[in-house]
Amino acid sequence: MTDLTQTKLTQQQVRERIEQRLASRHRKEKLFRGLGIASIAFGVLAVLILFTDIIGKGSGAFVQTAIELRVHYDEQVLGIDKVDDESLAWANFTGVIRQALQQRFPQATSRGDKRELNSLISTGAPFTLRDRLKANPELLGQTETVWLTADDDVDTFVKSLSDSAEGFRGRTSDQKAGWIEQLMDSGELKKRFNTTFFTNGDSREPEQAGIRAALMGSLFTLLVTLALSFPIGVAAAIYLEEYAPKNRWTDLIEVNINNLAAVPSIVFGLLGLAIFINFFELPRSAPLVGGLVLTLMTLPTIIISSRAALKAVPPSIREAAMGMGASRMQVVFHHVLPLAMPGMLTGAIIGMAQALGETAPLLMIGMVAFIVDVPGGITDPSTVLPVQIFLWADSPERAFVERTSAAIMVLLSFLILMNTSAVLLRKKLERRW
Amino acid sequence: MQTPTLFALLLLLILVAYGTGFSRALTAARTSGGLRKLASLPSYYGLHTALWCGLPALLLLGIWLAFDDAIIRALVMNGIADKPDTVAGQNLLYAQIQNLAAGHLFGEASPQVQAAAERFTDLRNGSRNLQAALSLILAIGLGAFAVLRFSPQLRAREKVEKVLRGVLITCACAAIFTTVGILLSVLFESLRFFQSVPITEFLFGLHWSPQMALRADQVGSSGAFGAVPLFTGTLMVSAIAMFVAVPVGLMSAIYLAEYASKRVRTFAKPVIEILAGVPTVVYGFFAALTVAPFIRDLAMSMGLQASSESALAAGLVMGIMIIPFVSSLSDDVINAVPQSLRDGALGLGSTKSETVRKVVIPAALPGIVGGVLLAVSRAIGETMIVVMAAGLAANLTANPLESVTTVTVQIVTLLVGDQEFDSPKTLAAFALGLMLFLSTLVLNFIALHVVKKYREQYD
Repeated sequence: MTDLTQTKLTQQQVRERIEQRLASRHRKEKLFRGLGIASIAFGVLAVLILFTDIIGKGSGAFVQTAIELRVHYDEQVLGIDKVDDESLAWANFTGVIRQALQQRFPQATSRGDKRELNSLISTGAPFTLRDRLKANPELLGQTETVWLTADDDVDTFVKSLSDSAEGFRGRTSDQKAGWIEQLMDSGELKKRFNTTFFTNGDSREPEQAGIRAALMGSLFTLLVTLALSFPIGVAAAIYLEEYAPKNRWTDLIEVNINNLAAVPSIVFGLLGLAIFINFFELPRSAPLVGGLVLTLMTLPTIIISSRAALKAVPPSIREAAMGMGASRMQVVFHHVLPLAMPGMLTGAIIGMAQALGETAPLLMIGMVAFIVDVPGGITDPSTVLPVQIFLWADSPERAFVERTSAAIMVLLSFLILMNTSAVLLRKKLERRW
Repeated sequence: MQTPTLFALLLLLILVAYGTGFSRALTAARTSGGLRKLASLPSYYGLHTALWCGLPALLLLGIWLAFDDAIIRALVMNGIADKPDTVAGQNLLYAQIQNLAAGHLFGEASPQVQAAAERFTDLRNGSRNLQAALSLILAIGLGAFAVLRFSPQLRAREKVEKVLRGVLITCACAAIFTTVGILLSVLFESLRFFQSVPITEFLFGLHWSPQMALRADQVGSSGAFGAVPLFTGTLMVSAIAMFVAVPVGLMSAIYLAEYASKRVRTFAKPVIEILAGVPTVVYGFFAALTVAPFIRDLAMSMGLQASSESALAAGLVMGIMIIPFVSSLSDDVINAVPQSLRDGALGLGSTKSETVRKVVIPAALPGIVGGVLLAVSRAIGETMIVVMAAGLAANLTANPLESVTTVTVQIVTLLVGDQEFDSPKTLAAFALGLMLFLSTLVLNFIALHVVKKYREQYD
């Protein structure tokens, strides 16, 4: 504007100049606006790509290929003459399956062919047969038709047939592919719901791997976290909000809380390793230690949200209670706390969701172990769902990609459930004064 | 006695103590003429006795449980004449003794180990019995003491509230304990590390290969701890992440705050916030299996050499992860800019974008800078994405298509699995942790300070 006045332009010239620049200003305005829309679109697109990618990769894992076989529980092949726990433990069910496969495909005679034939069925199938025989002892010496889980290579091949006519071969030879197609045509091969995925622990064989152990581990870890971090967090918030005098010590506590909220999670893992495992010698890989570490990590979140909930309770409530002769403790515990509880619970759920998704600190304290057994308590060695995802993501078998994505879908649905319930809880119970 | 039974028994005693205190107060009230004659309500007398009964016993039990293993170990190991010199050897021996005592060890054990195992069993049983006896005596004795001391004039409420207040203060100090715990654990191990590797070599060395030689004549395992490649790798991945997150996050915050209609806002804001709730391991999987191959193929088609684990893939996905962080923090500060500033600018004839660029952003700048600093500290400390997508090779490179490694990746690879706490390899992870903690501490401190100062301006 200064140059306009200096050169003393007429009104006409000023107007012309403004109009000349107006077009470019409007162009800039549009560009700026477009950039904003592009940014939003980028964010939304990222969400969409992420979710379609995961769901596209993982939805296959909820079905599993099974093969129908006529199995003869031959006493001689099994090597047993009666059904009891001891003999079942030694019985050769693998032989029974091999015999059944041999009968179905008598053309496979050479050693190599037989080996290929045997690899159609999962190495976990003998255990299925053992459980069946244990439940029905009268089957010994009889023949029955059962659906047995197929090997993961077969599973991958069958599932990839829907994408392309050729299918993903991998280790599957032409001969084996021919057998599989033969089984498919005669209806002896089907895809069924994958219950194994929800009932089993981890396994090196993709078709036998499940998330049950990891889910239980996550549950125990979260229980420890909740039992410790919620009471401590609420107590700390009450002290800071209702009691703390304004002094240096209180400032120090507040700076610490704010700072801990932004400390990288892996540093908490280092703390857990050095103090809980190395100094106190607590058991490695246990949900107890995992819970302790996650408690320290979620504590700032819970304290901050609990303080906000306490702050939202109007002072008039406190004054009224004080006026009736309540002590300070009674004011807080009888009047303020119940009113602030919904807000605190919301904060706690969000903190728990954060803890459920956390991986890095748990790697430090040894929760990356290969755990097959479902943990039964907080000191049993276990792993958690995110760490299970990390472990499977590293596995070379192609079938694990599918299972990793499926485990991610399970984890995400839990997180969505928790966050939605937090939002609903806030909407339903939160009071506005 | 097993610890859970002991806990259950103590809990029962506490309940009994509460009941006794409560009923004594009620009887006293009845005989002396109503509750008014008591100094406090009956439930406070109950709590008073319960606290006397339970608190000291539980404290004793807690301290006992925390230290008994270490003390038993020291006693058992001191009784052994010729024990191994190394920590690892001692650990092995102690594990052997424990297994023998638990009956898990099959095969031959030397008489010395057998004697130690017996000693271990004796000590452990003795410790358990003593702990049970002491805590029960303490609980019953102090509970009885509190019951006997009862009088209607006893100010039970004040005493109970004093204890409760102490509990509240202890909980509030948990944050300080955590910080001190982090500092101590990281600092001590780092100091031990710097005794074997000079700090200058660690900070300025250009070669990182933490494999220590197991034998003296081993080839290629000298163990070099120059952390510069890790620092540059961390900086590169973080810089790529910020290059994505800052413009996108800031622009979407501006659009949502200044342009978007209410309908767009209620849809787009939660969708972008979803990105903040996705666990990092999911981003890692996405980066390693979808983005990295895509970038490699893209680079190949343009005739560039690209590694399958590239800094670009990790940084890009990390940037996506940080977008909601930047956008929600900037949203807060943009909304805190008073409307009068915008009205003034619009009234002078500036367009909306000119108002935003020349008035709103400068006014909100300190807050935005604070938010960006917090985002940087988060990018530096992010672990899973880089562990899964950035690789392990400590390359000193400026090419984002090559694989790099970061401080957090190295901490994870050095510490996953069994560790020996006397090898520089393990201790190096703590030194890296110290660097990480200090740098994020400084960043957070500056950022929180800037944000706080800015907030005070318009409040």
